[in-house]
Amino acid sequence: MRRPSLGAIVLGLIPFAATCFSVALWDRIHPMIMGLPFNFFWLISWLVLTPVCMWGAYRLEVPRTSDDRREGSVEVEP
Amino acid sequence: MVGFIARFHHKMDLEQWTVGGRGFGLVLVWLLMAGEIYTTFTFLGASGWAYSRGGPVLYILGYLPLMYVVSFYILPPIWEVGQKHGLQTQADFFEVRYRSSFLAAFVALVGVVCLIPYLQMQITGLGLIVEVASYGAIHHTPAMIIAFALVGAFVFVSGVRGVAWASIVKDVLLLFAAVFVGFAVPRICFGGIGPMFAALVQAKPAHLVMPGATKDLGHGWYITSVLLTSFGCYMWPQFFAASFTARSGRVLRRNAVIMPLYGITMPLMFIVGFCAVLVLPGLSNGDLSLLIIVRKSFPAWFLGFVGGAGALTAMVVAAIQLLAGATLYAKNLWRPIVAPRMTDRQVARLAKIMVLILTAAALFFAVHSSTSLVSLLLVGYAGVAQLFPGVVLGLFSQRVTTDGVIVGLVMGLSVAMFLMLTGQDPYKGLNAGFIALCFNFAATVVVSLLTPVRMAGFGEMVSSTAAPQPSKNVGPTV
Repeated sequence: MRRPSLGAIVLGLIPFAATCFSVALWDRIHPMIMGLPFNFFWLISWLVLTPVCMWGAYRLEVPRTSDDRREGSVEVEP
Repeated sequence: MVGFIARFHHKMDLEQWTVGGRGFGLVLVWLLMAGEIYTTFTFLGASGWAYSRGGPVLYILGYLPLMYVVSFYILPPIWEVGQKHGLQTQADFFEVRYRSSFLAAFVALVGVVCLIPYLQMQITGLGLIVEVASYGAIHHTPAMIIAFALVGAFVFVSGVRGVAWASIVKDVLLLFAAVFVGFAVPRICFGGIGPMFAALVQAKPAHLVMPGATKDLGHGWYITSVLLTSFGCYMWPQFFAASFTARSGRVLRRNAVIMPLYGITMPLMFIVGFCAVLVLPGLSNGDLSLLIIVRKSFPAWFLGFVGGAGALTAMVVAAIQLLAGATLYAKNLWRPIVAPRMTDRQVARLAKIMVLILTAAALFFAVHSSTSLVSLLLVGYAGVAQLFPGVVLGLFSQRVTTDGVIVGLVMGLSVAMFLMLTGQDPYKGLNAGFIALCFNFAATVVVSLLTPVRMAGFGEMVSSTAAPQPSKNVGPTV
């Protein structure tokens, strides 16, 4: 199986860094934003930011995948 | 019911019944997967943990987007293999990749066994809903039995297509109920979400950060649990098999991009649980907090509506699990070991019988044990996540061997079982399933390096003339 491109992997690591490994940095109550404790607010915002990262990864990956070419997707020639 | 209608449009052979003939587009796949992931657990488990544990409940919000990130990389290649080799189950995948019926049967066994606590979770949730919604008039045991007899019959008749359509009805109800309850409850009790948190910060600030009301669920536990869950999620046989229903790999990729947005309902469930901390202190079972607070704040018909949505959810999810478990059992455990000459027709019939047996087994456990919903889920995850190394290395590495995967799997399962059965989860503040996964990975790699490669990819035997080419990125680079 062809491995995903480096760029797509890096984009996927961003949400991991933000919501998993960095827990000690954001797991606190203050500052409260929009009435929410900070940890709560942080994780909710990553529900929205993760699709943004993965949309970027999607743009990088789709032209590389063979099964999708047949579907007439955007084809980028180098 | 919608599911029964779906049946009449399609002739049912084994492939239709299990993977819907592989023709599902974005919407239907999305519904199947969402239907699976937002479950009774969404309703009761999340608010239950917010109520009883506090801060550690955030791990749910942490793993939600991450499991889709993982799926982005692994599901499209899995789909591709499925398409090429006509796969229907997770164990089929191992069979084609590692050319070992023993490993495939082992994987099927792990899948079926881990599904039982998951199914049990749905049944227990269903029982709680009916009991609270009927104001205690119907005891949860008969409720569980009746509801699950219905689910069994439903799966028996209509297969995966029926389930996907029933999923639509349930998703609309669930979404509406969750959003409404999530905003209305804090509004009624405190005048809004902001004031509710302000009051909770005043009264119990420690409840809102980790480890909350627990002693050992701190940051180490959070990281390891989030990793275990996001890696393990698509190892559930039913999720794995759901990817075969997609029309293309691209459908799955797009799905992975947008799905985290659907998780927006989850924090609302936490909010309800947090409200209950202040409004209903001292509940013996945290999983009841959402239903009781709804019963307190709204008229009876609305409790009925919420209960209905929750019950339908449990039933749809259980149906998908039953389908996956039964197919696995019949196709990958029974046929290769007991009756190798069975036809697909006979396998389909056996799978249907198995639906009934699995229903009965999960019911039995649900009636006879009582654990919190989240704990049940974590036990299943610890087991099923052990399949991750075999899948990922199988997809992306040519050096991994059948022996390596078998040893790793045995290693991972033994460590997980040992730690959990001796009550050492979390172990030194880390998730026991994750520790097991590390052992599993290490064993898989070491044994793979020590044993000769027989299969270099899917259906490609290594011969002396054609040495495997290390596959580098080909095609347009970035």
